[in-house]
Amino acid sequence: MKRLSSTHARPLSPNIQIYRPQLTSVLSIANRISGVALGLCAIALVVWLAAAANGPETYSRYQKILGSWPGQILLLAATFSFFLHLSGGIRHLVWDTVRGFELREIYISGWIVIIISILLTFATWLLSQMIGKGV
Amino acid sequence: MDRYRVQSPLGRATGLGSAKGGFTHWWVERVTAVALGPLTVWFAASLIAHTNGDYQTLIVWLSAPVTTVLMILLLFALFWHMALGLQVVVDDYVHTEAKIWMLLAIRFACVTLATVGIMAMLYIAFGREPHL
Repeated sequence: MKRLSSTHARPLSPNIQIYRPQLTSVLSIANRISGVALGLCAIALVVWLAAAANGPETYSRYQKILGSWPGQILLLAATFSFFLHLSGGIRHLVWDTVRGFELREIYISGWIVIIISILLTFATWLLSQMIGKGV
Repeated sequence: MDRYRVQSPLGRATGLGSAKGGFTHWWVERVTAVALGPLTVWFAASLIAHTNGDYQTLIVWLSAPVTTVLMILLLFALFWHMALGLQVVVDDYVHTEAKIWMLLAIRFACVTLATVGIMAMLYIAFGREPHL
């Protein structure tokens, strides 16, 4: 690879640091970042299953970490990442059917992704609180 | 049909251009995504339902045959999708020699995590009595 590329330092075209962020580009990178974040959640999922398989003591230790306030904040961030990646992924699958490529449609679906993700994160948290309190 | 027709003679000689494996990567990413939609929503809903539930209740739920099957399917699709997705991230941003090691690490980690997760599910499903 290296042998074929230029060894001279070429001037670069205006890059991402000088562009004003747009909904489209922000959601594109957000889908990627949330995907990587969910990768970390996937590790946590396997640890959780292994803890459950190991026995009640190990499991309660895991639950204690998850129940602490840093654990709860991470769980909330994980929930938002999940819904963002899920709805963003559905948006991508719709695009794969060659639909929704008009600029107006792209912005509408983009805002839907953001609003749905926030609403579902809030709903999940609320529902979990209600069930936790035995309502 | 000549599958190399779209490649220039120079491109063929230098070994650059499509490696002909791109479509499978793209397609499997979609297949696992479609599978993960319902599976992860089911799992998230089940977790919400088990908020503050005790260990016993959780194990009873996890060891039910339907749960075990769905969880194994979830782990399979999840780590396959994760391996493909992380690979693209590395392909896009890492252009040094570290790239090959990162790609190897991603593959190994994903396969290992999936295996450990599936093993944990089987252990819970067919586990020894003391856990119940």
